[in-house]
Amino acid sequence: METVATKAPARGLWSGDEAVALAALDGGVALGTGYPGTPSTEILEAFSELGGRAQWAPNEKVALEVGLGAAFAGARVLVTMKHVGVNVAADPLFTAAYTGVDGALVLVSADDPGMASSQNEQDNRRYAVAAGVPMLEPASSQEAYDFTLSAFELSARWKIPVILRMTTRVCHSKSVVVRRPPVPPAPPPNFVRDIRGRVMVPAFARPAHLKLRKKLAEIQAWSETAPLNVVHEASPALGIVTAGISFQHVREAAPEASVMKLGVVYPLPIEALRRFAAGVERCVVVEEGDPVIADAMLAAGIPVEGKPEMFRFGELSVARVRRILARDESPEPPAAKAKPPELCDACPYHPVYGALQRMGCIVAGDIGCYTLGVMEPYQAMDTCVAMGASVGVGLGLRHVLPEEQARKVVSVIGDSTFIHSGLSGLVEMVYNPPATGHVLLVLDNGTTAMTGQQEHPGTGRTMAHDATGHVSIEGMARAAGVTNVDVVDPVKDPKGFEELLTRRLASNDLSVIVSRRPCILAAADIRHFEKVNAEKAAAASPCAACGSDDAP
Amino acid sequence: MPHRVTNVVFAGLGGQGVIKASDVLADAAFRAGHDVKKAEIHGMSQRGGSVTSDVRFGPSVHSPMIPDGHADFLVVLAPTQVENNVHQLRKEGVLFPPDLVPEEKLRNKRSLNVALLGALSTHLSIAEEHWQAAIASALPERLLQVNLEAFEAGRAAERARAPGKARHAHP
Repeated sequence: METVATKAPARGLWSGDEAVALAALDGGVALGTGYPGTPSTEILEAFSELGGRAQWAPNEKVALEVGLGAAFAGARVLVTMKHVGVNVAADPLFTAAYTGVDGALVLVSADDPGMASSQNEQDNRRYAVAAGVPMLEPASSQEAYDFTLSAFELSARWKIPVILRMTTRVCHSKSVVVRRPPVPPAPPPNFVRDIRGRVMVPAFARPAHLKLRKKLAEIQAWSETAPLNVVHEASPALGIVTAGISFQHVREAAPEASVMKLGVVYPLPIEALRRFAAGVERCVVVEEGDPVIADAMLAAGIPVEGKPEMFRFGELSVARVRRILARDESPEPPAAKAKPPELCDACPYHPVYGALQRMGCIVAGDIGCYTLGVMEPYQAMDTCVAMGASVGVGLGLRHVLPEEQARKVVSVIGDSTFIHSGLSGLVEMVYNPPATGHVLLVLDNGTTAMTGQQEHPGTGRTMAHDATGHVSIEGMARAAGVTNVDVVDPVKDPKGFEELLTRRLASNDLSVIVSRRPCILAAADIRHFEKVNAEKAAAASPCAACGSDDAP
Repeated sequence: MPHRVTNVVFAGLGGQGVIKASDVLADAAFRAGHDVKKAEIHGMSQRGGSVTSDVRFGPSVHSPMIPDGHADFLVVLAPTQVENNVHQLRKEGVLFPPDLVPEEKLRNKRSLNVALLGALSTHLSIAEEHWQAAIASALPERLLQVNLEAFEAGRAAERARAPGKARHAHP
C-alpha cells in the first residue's frame, strides 16, 4: 500500500513546490489554502496528495483571510499563490502584518521572472518591504524544504506572517531533498480574545504599527547572523551578493568569486553585507528582476555595482551572469524559435471564437486557456489585463464608445476566473449598466484548465474531487438581476450560439451567456469524479441500507 | 570525464512525453548516486506549444539550466523541434532525432520518448537496473512492458547507427 513514507522517502528528487509541501507535512501545518496559479499550483496539490489538509479558495484574498483566521486560532497555516495573486491578497496582507498571528502563517509568493505563464514579471520582494513582513528566498528544492520550516519558526517566534518567495525555476526544477525529523505539533487551536491586537480600528492600528516596526527591527538584528545567509569565501578580487536561483548561476559562472548568498531577503542583514563588501575589491549584486538588494545596499552607503538595466528583464542564466560580471551590454542572441501554445484541436472554445471573429466583436478578455483565442486563426481578443478584468474593462468600453462600436463589446471570462473575481464585475454591470446593455460570455469548461485542471466552487467538488457545495454561475447571474441568462453548448449547436449572441448584442439588455462544455482534457476525469461521487452518495443514503426504491 | 556534469536536453511539443522522459533520466541518475537537477517550464506550454526540459547530473550540479551550446545530448521527440534546439548542443554533442527509432519498431508509438531514452542510455554509465526502476516508477503497470520493449528497441537502433556517422550535430 502506498503511504506517505513510500510517496516521500527520507531522501528523494523533488521539485521546489513538492519540497514546500513536504516541509508543510513535516512542519505540522494544519491547513493549506490558496488559488491555483503557475508556478505555485503543485504545492497544495502535493500537500493534499501527501495527506495534508488542503483546499482551493475562490481567490487569493479569501485564501489569505481563511489562513489568517486559522492562524489567529493558533494553527500553522500555509497559503500559496502566484506573484499576481499577492496583488489580490494584498489588502489583508498589509493589515495582517499589524495584527500578527498566534500560530504561524507562511505565504508562498511564486514569482515568474521571464513570464513563462503570466501577464507580468512583477518582483514581489517589493511586497515584503511595503507590507513589512519578513521574506525568505530558497535557491534549490532542499532550501525550499528547509526555508519553509524556517519560515514557520520565524512566524511563530515573532508572531508575524512570513513570505516564502520562490521563482519559476525553483518551483519547477527538481533536485535532491533530505527530510528532517518532523516538528512537534502546535498546541490545539483555542480562541483567546485580543481585541486591541486584532480589531484594526485606528486607535488600535496606531500602536499595532509601532509594534510591527519594533518586531522588524528585532528580526533585522536576527538576520545579521542568521544561518540562512551564507558567505562562501574565495578570492578577495571579486565578491558577489546574490539570492535565490541566481546563486546557482553565480556558482557556475564564477566559481572563483567570494559569494554572500542571502536566504533572508527582507529585512536585509545590512551590516553583514557592509562587512562582506568591504572585504572584497569589487562587489557586484547579481539578482533577477528589480534591483532590490543593490538599491538597499547603495541606500545604506555600501559601494556595490548593480546589474545593467537590460538584465532587469527576463530570467537570469549562467550566460547572463557572465555578461553581468563582464559588464557586457552588447545585444544578446535572440531567443530560440519555439512553437507557441494554442487551443487544443477539440477545444470547445473553437466555435465561440469563430463566432466572435466573424461578428467582428470587440472582446474584453480574461486569464485562462481561452486567452489563446488571441492567437491565429482567430485573433479574437482585444484586452487581457488581470483576473476578472474582462467585465469591468468591457463595461468601461461600452460606457464611452460610439453606439455602433459599443454594441460589439463582449466580455469573455472562464468559469474559474468568473468565480475568482468576475462576480464583482457582474454586480457592477447590474448597478451601472451601459446605455447599450452588455453581454458577458462565461466560458464554462468545468475546470481551471490552464493551470492543470483544478476544481473550483463552480464544479461542486473539492481539491480532492469529493462532492461539496456547488456555486451556480447562471444562478449568480439571475440572483444579481441580469435580464437574460442563457446556458448553451457551442459545440452541439454552433449556429444557435451565434444567433443567440447576435440577438443579445442587438438589444439594450444585460445578458449573461454561459457557454458550457467540458474541457477536452478534463472531460473523462470529470465523468469519473461524477460517477464516484454519485456512488458514494447512493451508498450514504438511508435507503441504500434496505435496498428500497422508496427514496423521498 | 568522471568529474564533469552531464547535460541532456529533451525537446518536443506539449503532450509528447518530454517531461516524462526527463523525469525518468533524472530518477535513473539519482538512483545511480549522482547529484541531479532538472529544469523545465510548465503552464502555457502544455497547450501544444514547444516544451524543453534540461537534466544535469554529476558529482555536484549548480544551475538547473543548461547553458546554450553546452548540451552533451539532445533528445528530440518532434521533427519540427530539431532545428529550434540544435544550438543547445556542444560541438561534439550527440543528437537523438525522432526518426532514430522507426515507428514500426514500436508497439505503441507513444513510447517514442522511452525508446529515445534507450538510445541515450548506450552513451551513459547508468546501470540497467536503475533505468528499469526509474521507468517502472514513472509509468502505470499496464504500460510498463510496452515501454521496456521500446527502451530495448531504442538501444538496438542506437547500436545500429554507424559509429561516427550522423551521430554528431556539428561534424
